[in-house]
Amino acid sequence: MPAKMPLDAILAALFPAGHAVTVAEGLITGEGPFGDGRLVVVGIDGDTALGVEGALMLSRAVLDAVKAGESSGSRAPILVAVDSDSQRMSRRDELLGLNECLAHLAKALLLADHLGHPTVGLIYGHSAAGAFIATALATRVLAALPGADPSVMDLPSVARVTKLPLEKLEAMAASTPVFAPGLDNMVATGAVHVVLDPGQPLDAQLRALIADLPPGDIRDRLGRERGGRPVAQVIAERVVSQARGT
Amino acid sequence: MESLTFRHTTQKALPGTKREAIIGVVASGNLEVLLERVLAPDACEIAIETAINGYGDVWEAVVADFVARAQPGGLRISVNDGGARPDTVSLRLLQGVRLMED
Amino acid sequence: MAVTSASADPTRLSWYEASARQRVAAFLDADTFQEFVGPAERAMSPHLPLFELPRAFDDGIVVGRGRLDGRPVLVAAQEGRFMGGAFGEVHGAKLVGLLRAAGAVTPAAVLILFDTGGVRLQEANAGETAIAEAMRAIAEVRAAGIPVIGLIGGRAGAYGGGGLIAGTCARLAVSEGGRISVSGPEVIETNKGAEEFDSRDRALVWRTMGGKHRRLTGGADAYVADTVAAFRQAALALIDRAPAFDLATLEAEQARLEARLARFGACRDGAEIWVRLGVNDPDAVPAMTDAAFAETVAGVPEASHDAR
Repeated sequence: MPAKMPLDAILAALFPAGHAVTVAEGLITGEGPFGDGRLVVVGIDGDTALGVEGALMLSRAVLDAVKAGESSGSRAPILVAVDSDSQRMSRRDELLGLNECLAHLAKALLLADHLGHPTVGLIYGHSAAGAFIATALATRVLAALPGADPSVMDLPSVARVTKLPLEKLEAMAASTPVFAPGLDNMVATGAVHVVLDPGQPLDAQLRALIADLPPGDIRDRLGRERGGRPVAQVIAERVVSQARGT
Repeated sequence: MESLTFRHTTQKALPGTKREAIIGVVASGNLEVLLERVLAPDACEIAIETAINGYGDVWEAVVADFVARAQPGGLRISVNDGGARPDTVSLRLLQGVRLMED
Repeated sequence: MAVTSASADPTRLSWYEASARQRVAAFLDADTFQEFVGPAERAMSPHLPLFELPRAFDDGIVVGRGRLDGRPVLVAAQEGRFMGGAFGEVHGAKLVGLLRAAGAVTPAAVLILFDTGGVRLQEANAGETAIAEAMRAIAEVRAAGIPVIGLIGGRAGAYGGGGLIAGTCARLAVSEGGRISVSGPEVIETNKGAEEFDSRDRALVWRTMGGKHRRLTGGADAYVADTVAAFRQAALALIDRAPAFDLATLEAEQARLEARLARFGACRDGAEIWVRLGVNDPDAVPAMTDAAFAETVAGVPEASHDAR
């Protein structure tokens, strides 16, 4: 697997003229000049688990960008950069309503999108489960860098839950993208739209993505075309067509 | 997983006009039964997908007993089995037939 | 008292005990339910056979249209007994399709009857992606002014991605047996040890993520008895007071959740939070009758809000 591109290098490539993006306790917030305007960046660095405080800090930053967009009329693109663990697994986080906080963060990103902010995810390291759903997966288009390692659950844990031998799961993983961890498999299911080329300027690649945002949610179509989710699009369309019938 | 299919000729058609019914849930020790009135009035086909291999003889006996009792002529019956005991299978098949008789 | 016999009044069915199909049939106006991609279409998981696992004709979710007190609604109901109600490829796509259809058919509401442990591990990537698609679709449906209401009282609760989808809904009704959470007790215990969460301590589970805790803290908007009739009444009431999906609502939710962390961030147990919310006798909460609990909730301002 290629090495993970560090956040510093990503930010330097995105903002050749400098930026004001900072990382505190693994949470990324800030912005920098981008094209004729600016690019807002939120995210998670350093394989950090996302808990209730982190989710609300990121949602605050997203809502601030939305507020600024509403008052200025200039709706800045929002980049959600992710190298995270899963959601923080603790009694306290659940007691305090982690599901509400993570959903709130996702809703903030979805609202930004709805109001006209281009939203782009960028997975450059790990991410999993609730942290992934609440951040990069809540954007209009999700890009990855080589070296990214998204997963829902690692194979040893899958082996524990499914009570299948690890060797057998590893063999199945080679031919079945639908359950196996890793970037290639999330590309195949359509969750990751595109893998960027770190050898080319990142800012130009991001601008091209924003200029060519898909009109809606095309992930199930990508999953069918790429073979990682063979039936989802057909089933969803069949439901829609039956619902529209009399 | 094991697939089994049994075809029977019945003495009569199952009464009622309902086209389709489903009962039960696929879970450990449970099963779902989908019944469709799509065959000739004196024909019954029962197709089973079961999680537990090697019980073809038991299924054959349970199905034969069910067909003799219920006379489910005209029905194609499809079963997804999560490892139900024979008495549970019989019960669900009969419940399903009752729904079709409505 | 809830009953389970099919011959009794169907609306008195125990929600917890009922199957997804029983819930839908008894919840909607009688004989109004029309299923989409029903079991006879055999839209089953293409992946479970690889794992030598049995499939279900509906992949563990029932979707369709019906009427609720005469009003047209779309409804999805998860079957918690099949694979823990988990999101696989087909299961997720049926929910996503239903939500996308809402934009075209403009029902009075979309109702999601949650009963799920989260992502189906055998189809993890498809399940996870479908959850993200469902949340995006809910945002669009809500933005179009159509309420999306979640009902939670099944044996599998609303866990994992199901908890996130629930948090995206405009309103939630929950019963005592309903649990809403991201990481389940077993997941936390497996990853962090029994000192962090003893998953066998059922009372602890209820105090941390159970229906009463969620209702008291404003994580759910209605608390109902464990009957289909009670959920129906709650859903009818919630449809007419669903918050808009806009900046004002999300700013209010931001403030609400920040205030919660500020006030209760140091609490170790649900009962501590209830005391700070003004509940006089927190130890009595778990055994409280529905009527007494309703009275308690009425005295807690934080429990009821439009910030979701």
